[in-house]
Amino acid sequence: MFWVKIQEAPFDAELPNLDQKIQENNCGALVSFKGIVRGYDEKDPLDYLYLEHFPEVTEQEIERILQRAQGHWGIRSAIVIHRVGRLNIGENIVLVMVSASHRKAAFEASQFIMDYLKTEAPFWKKEFFQNGNSRWVEAKQSDIEQKKRWALS
Amino acid sequence: MIKIRYFGFLKEILNLEEEEIKWSKGNSQELLTFLRTRSSFWAESLSEENIFRLVINKKVIYETTPISSGDEIAILPPVTGG
Repeated sequence: MFWVKIQEAPFDAELPNLDQKIQENNCGALVSFKGIVRGYDEKDPLDYLYLEHFPEVTEQEIERILQRAQGHWGIRSAIVIHRVGRLNIGENIVLVMVSASHRKAAFEASQFIMDYLKTEAPFWKKEFFQNGNSRWVEAKQSDIEQKKRWALS
Repeated sequence: MIKIRYFGFLKEILNLEEEEIKWSKGNSQELLTFLRTRSSFWAESLSEENIFRLVINKKVIYETTPISSGDEIAILPPVTGG
């Protein structure tokens, strides 16, 4: 079972319910990852981030990533919540939860999902700095390299 | 006519969220070629490294695909989520 949500609101209050939701029969492992807005990138202190996405298409692309993870690792369930809009430093930005029979599948699938979320899902980040400047974040070569380690058939 | 939508930094540098253009027949690659001939600024803005994928009628395409009148195309710059 997959759950994909794109929302502006924080998801912290939903976490206990999500834990419950994803633990199905015979799920021996649950891996959960949260991404947080960093206070700086390179040298300029950040004020906040703004995230744009492509409604409907973003959800479809994330579902596609989850299906690939299920096809390869046989994961039982996965939840992805990605926030959009204005996000302040220290706020949660993304949540990935994966349940599987065994830990190896849950760990690897959650890393795969994060690597693909960063490089395949239509989200665009804009950084607003404390000095008043702003810029669209450029795709990182290191993220693209990370993705290449998953040579899935 | 087809509708073209721009996202992320492309929307900002082109100062254009969406537009409608006349289109009789052609594919996704031909559409990009056409847009790039508008000016050197358009050619530079829509350079290969600035385009991640195209979306036709809310479906991401992974290879050259025909575009028909009435379609909605979206041009996506490289993504930076997560």
